[in-house]
Amino acid sequence: MDFYGVALRSRLLLGTALYPSPAILADAVRAADCDIVTVSLRRESGRLREGQDFWGLIRDLGVRVLPNTAGCHSVKEAVTTAQMAREVFGTPWIKLEVIGDADTLQPDVFGLVEAAKILSAEGFEVFPYTTADLGVADRLLEAGCRVLMPWGAPIGTGLGLNDVYALRSLRARFPDVPLVVDAGIGKPSHAAAAMELGYDAVLLNTAVAKAGDPVAMAGAFARAIEAGRAGYLAGPIEPRDMAAPSTPVLGRASLA
Amino acid sequence: MRVTIIGAGVAGLTAAIELAGRGAKVEILERGAEIGERACSWAAGGMLAPWCERESAEPVVAELGQQALDWWPRHIDGVTPNGTLVVAPRRDAAELTRFAARTERFDWIDGDAMAGLEPDLAGRFDRGLFFREEAHLDPRRALAALAARAMEVGVTIRFGVEADPEAAPGDAVLDCRGFAARGETPDLRGVRGEMLLLRTQEITLSRPVRLLHPRIPLYIVPRADGLFMVGATMIESAARGRVTARSAVELINGAYALHPAFGEAEIVEARADVRPAFPDNLPRVTRRGRVFSINGLYRHGFLLSPAMARQAAEAVMTQSETHDEADRERLTA
Repeated sequence: MDFYGVALRSRLLLGTALYPSPAILADAVRAADCDIVTVSLRRESGRLREGQDFWGLIRDLGVRVLPNTAGCHSVKEAVTTAQMAREVFGTPWIKLEVIGDADTLQPDVFGLVEAAKILSAEGFEVFPYTTADLGVADRLLEAGCRVLMPWGAPIGTGLGLNDVYALRSLRARFPDVPLVVDAGIGKPSHAAAAMELGYDAVLLNTAVAKAGDPVAMAGAFARAIEAGRAGYLAGPIEPRDMAAPSTPVLGRASLA
Repeated sequence: MRVTIIGAGVAGLTAAIELAGRGAKVEILERGAEIGERACSWAAGGMLAPWCERESAEPVVAELGQQALDWWPRHIDGVTPNGTLVVAPRRDAAELTRFAARTERFDWIDGDAMAGLEPDLAGRFDRGLFFREEAHLDPRRALAALAARAMEVGVTIRFGVEADPEAAPGDAVLDCRGFAARGETPDLRGVRGEMLLLRTQEITLSRPVRLLHPRIPLYIVPRADGLFMVGATMIESAARGRVTARSAVELINGAYALHPAFGEAEIVEARADVRPAFPDNLPRVTRRGRVFSINGLYRHGFLLSPAMARQAAEAVMTQSETHDEADRERLTA
């Protein structure tokens, strides 16, 4: 698996918000054994250049940082935050969020495509947080995105994969684009289910950060994602209605 | 033994009382012109809520925090032992279940029981959590009362003095500067918090109420004269700039969601300050030579300062031997 030419080992991407402490965050990142963490740049701390201590702790984790534009409600805000993130973290990567609704935090897909175009033209490598809509996915790829991050469910809900059909068709339509389920994951089984659909990776935050034991939960997700991926590659059997005996049934002449 | 304490915030004042109680001759050097002026404890909520804090803090916070419940009433007047109420808007009901799963020593109460505790909240919430053993105080009155108490037991306080711990006089020095010690404490970081003081006579509360919210842990603490403290944001930033519009909107929205009467309240004050925190968000007592320090009280200044003050006072009075990290020692977790 690679994102914009960078080969990656772990298929779990962790968010860094909402943890009880930076120390627990660091332990969770180690337990998850992940290669990428996402970091939100609140505009004010970015503007004042005073979030440096926390960002320093993030950089010290020794993993690749994918800054995000969480909480941005307009194209302009998202673009400005992305520019700030490039400066702070020295990476062209940006997880692009343009929020369309304050209650559901669902993506404003029109603003998302517009911002993706602007940022791609400026040399950013954009990871768009989007819905599972095929048409939007097409536009995002046209805008220059080489990775797509459809939601499983609204951010922080823990509902899991709300629209499995849409996620499956997205996978079928874009077999060669890295696809990451981003948002809505609550339990390790949700992440495993995403991987069994053939998704390349899973990005989550609240499910680990707000767990009773974030470090243990990070480890549980890492194993679920590994299991889901291995299961996908191993070729699951097709579901069927009638029982299929795994040993011959003797003394039964009829198949009716 | 002569001990110089640097900083007259909640850490310095509690430590002064503990040291004086052990027979030390204590002088506090405070950079501000008066109590609270330059202390982040001035912006605190003043909740003595060890069990509620378990929602996001480690077990040791609840353990050490329980000491605050008897320490404060023994040293000052004005501690209100009425417990804490935790509620959630209907759409965020799952937050209440989550809070309950992470905490202990509470009762689930229904709307009627809540109306019994807080008549002005009657009919507003179907259920909530009641932490009956917790308490609260007004941090500004508490700091003033504590300073007065300290002076009664022989502590002197000098204001308007910027002191360097290494150069300060005394047999021992206790550095209680909080975030101002950032320069010599590389793993200390600032966590910005913003709060509002609202005034309304239209509603009365007898205890702190926490309104669970997926983004910010919002609480409203009643104070005298119709004042309510609404707090607090948690932003990974050491910026002391004024309260932002976004934060003010979030805090006011929360208060309004608790009770519409807050919509008509007067905004008396909006304040932002920076909490000193270590990476584990737990406080530490450390020592380097004759300089001891209490720092990293994070959002638990009033809750954990009694326990830290005791530990620091013990360490100073016994001048405990250093035995690790060359001459730098972390004495507590």
